[in-house]
Amino acid sequence: MLKRVHFNTKLLPFLLVAPQIIITLVFFFWPASQALFQSLRIEDAFGLSSQFVWFDNFKELIADPNYLEAFSRTAEFSILVAAIAMLSALLLAAMADRIVKGALAYRTMLIWPYAIAPVIAGALWVFMFDPTLGIFVYALDALGIDWNYKLNGGQAMTLVILAAAWKQIAYNFLFFVAAMQSIPKSLIEAAAIDGAGPWRRFWTIVLPLISPTTFFLLVVNVVYAFFDTFGIIDSMTQGGPASNTEILVYKVYYDGFVGLDLGSSAAQSVILMAIVIALTVVQFRYIERKVDY
Amino acid sequence: MIENRPFVTFLAHLTVITGILIVAFPIWITFVAASHDAIRMTQVPIPLWPGDQFLINMKQALTQGLGGAGGPPVWLMLTNSLITAMMIAVGKIIISLLSAYAIVYFKFPFRMGFFWMIFITLMLPVEVRILPTFKVVADLNLLDSYWGMTLPLIASATATFMFRQVFLTIPDELLEAARIDGAGPMRFFWDILIPMSRTNIAALFVILFIYGWNQYLWPLLITTDPNLYTVTIGIKQMLNSAELTPEWNVIMMTALLAMVPPVFVVLSMQKMFVKGLTETDK
Repeated sequence: MLKRVHFNTKLLPFLLVAPQIIITLVFFFWPASQALFQSLRIEDAFGLSSQFVWFDNFKELIADPNYLEAFSRTAEFSILVAAIAMLSALLLAAMADRIVKGALAYRTMLIWPYAIAPVIAGALWVFMFDPTLGIFVYALDALGIDWNYKLNGGQAMTLVILAAAWKQIAYNFLFFVAAMQSIPKSLIEAAAIDGAGPWRRFWTIVLPLISPTTFFLLVVNVVYAFFDTFGIIDSMTQGGPASNTEILVYKVYYDGFVGLDLGSSAAQSVILMAIVIALTVVQFRYIERKVDY
Repeated sequence: MIENRPFVTFLAHLTVITGILIVAFPIWITFVAASHDAIRMTQVPIPLWPGDQFLINMKQALTQGLGGAGGPPVWLMLTNSLITAMMIAVGKIIISLLSAYAIVYFKFPFRMGFFWMIFITLMLPVEVRILPTFKVVADLNLLDSYWGMTLPLIASATATFMFRQVFLTIPDELLEAARIDGAGPMRFFWDILIPMSRTNIAALFVILFIYGWNQYLWPLLITTDPNLYTVTIGIKQMLNSAELTPEWNVIMMTALLAMVPPVFVVLSMQKMFVKGLTETDK
């Protein structure tokens, strides 16, 4: 941690950490503790009076079918986003790994959706699937499929999942490619000499060896689907129709800023915090015992 | 190349090209929509081939924004996005360089305490504590200001960790030599550590710039003044008004303009970007 050779100046190190510590205290520790405190209270909508209620907000949430539904909806959403984004990225990476000529050009063409803001991604997909104008709606119509994501909850969910996964493919692709390139060529060559074809080599050598990356990406993708998709949801469906795409982070925002139910929103924040902390701990414990090739 | 299997290689190219086409299709549609006039964009089916109104739409978006919506012109929103993205990226880099330097190179009381305080912030994205953080910003009178839009997002641990990692790999002999030559702590920091971590700073900048540019929820909560809207908020406002008066040509032009800076940064600094991405997250 500390360098063997270091300075012993008294005041300077405090000045150096001060900016970060002050920002962390003011915008992180203080609000986080407020959220904890707030989650144990109920307040009327005008903020005139508030009351300490212990864990009533949490009990209410657990008993609330809407919240439980949002919970399972979020689980479904994040699993599907992670699965689609990772599987398509894995396929593309495995194929790109074979390519020698033009590999860099291919990579360049695949990575840029990463740079697009979730809201903008949402706008593009809304436009493509707009019930009256969308190009895909026109195509689906020709196939006899009636598409209106503004009315049909299942279609709305499909659409936000596709948009969220589309944006994440680039990220996963980069990590898979990097992991595959770090596998020693001699291993692959030895297997090829022993007569293993590309498919066999992928299953028995490549896939097991990139499993740490796969696990890391799984956590990252789930965290992405949980939190970073707010912009996608807000620009495409606003949680609708009839709450069919309301995931947890959207509900925190909606209950807090639109519904003004501060206690419940804070309790939801605390639950989300617990989920993130659990995911981070899992990820760190796993990375600690990272596999070396 | 391990073995020569022309069919498999052909299949690989085919898959990757198909993937690229699927990934790029939404962008193509955006480009096409941004190059037609408003009337053409209300006729089904919408075109798949670019029209000739691209520059006219660009001029309208940049100088007027969406005609009927009364929102700010897009150039103003792009400027706001640029200012906030730069403040977030530069701010994060500066405070984390300083704190990582203190934690690695100084022995002082509460050193580990500070380290853990920073470490914990790694775990909580701003989305989960929006309401209380909003309250803090409101109490500090920072609503509707660039500082309010950026400061809460600057508190993050990833950059500090990366610089800590980088500093730990710098050989001790450098500090010994600098000391013998009579350099003080700040002199060592400026003349040796900063130049030695230049590539890492650049890599981190790419990631943080994109992170800052793409922020949406936070600036949305903090700003009520349209003159402070970033382009991500602007798009959302335009989508809202698209329900009544669809001017998809201008909306898609704005989306395109909003994509250009971060995509340009990623493509022009691709090596740095890949380095930054794989090193900060792990």
